[in-house]
Amino acid sequence: MVTLLYFSRLRESFGLASEQVELPADVTDVRLLTEWLRQRGSIWQEELAPGKPVRVAVNQDMASPDAAVRDKDEIAFFPPVTGG
Amino acid sequence: MTVRVQTEDFDIGAEILKLRQGNAGIGAIASFVGLVRDLNENTAVTEMVLEHYPGMTEKALAEIAEEAKRRWNLINALVIHRVGPLRPTDQIVLVATSCAHRHDAFAACEFIMDYLKTRAPFWKKEQTAKGAHWVDARESDETATQRWMQHQTN
Repeated sequence: MVTLLYFSRLRESFGLASEQVELPADVTDVRLLTEWLRQRGSIWQEELAPGKPVRVAVNQDMASPDAAVRDKDEIAFFPPVTGG
Repeated sequence: MTVRVQTEDFDIGAEILKLRQGNAGIGAIASFVGLVRDLNENTAVTEMVLEHYPGMTEKALAEIAEEAKRRWNLINALVIHRVGPLRPTDQIVLVATSCAHRHDAFAACEFIMDYLKTRAPFWKKEQTAKGAHWVDARESDETATQRWMQHQTN
């Protein structure tokens, strides 16, 4: 199981702040995980579309699309940050 | 290095006093305070809500402060960032750096602020007469961060 977190606009669009999911064996990195989530349907496809500025953190570190995802990881999806 | 994420306001005078007290090696303190404006992109803002990623926020800010310490002769740094509902004129963020000399204090303070803007997981949602919307990230903030990457030492 991995924990998926959504923040800001993504949390509102998906109507979901967090969830626990079992990843298919072939979902091994951030890019594959994003593609897998897109299959959930329209709003997922739209918000996670290629070219959309979505950031991903794995275990609370900013991660690139080729970063590995493993069992028990905490993976967060969010728009570019706007603090300060 | 002290990092705090909080809903309550902060007193910059009291915070700077704590930062400098008891250390006669400190010759310079630089500070930056970010405030909520009543206007963004020509639209009047009545309220703002700041969301963050608890856990990662503190970790990211601590890493940014540590990176500043590697680059400059930094004695100490303080970062306070507020979350939750805020109104125009409210304080949002405080960055203060203490050093022996002013150059390190100014540079480290600006560095921490620039990195915070693009690396720390905070998001602003503005309330205007037309409704609420999430603030878009600005290209100029990313450019400001990139500038430090080209100058590893300063």
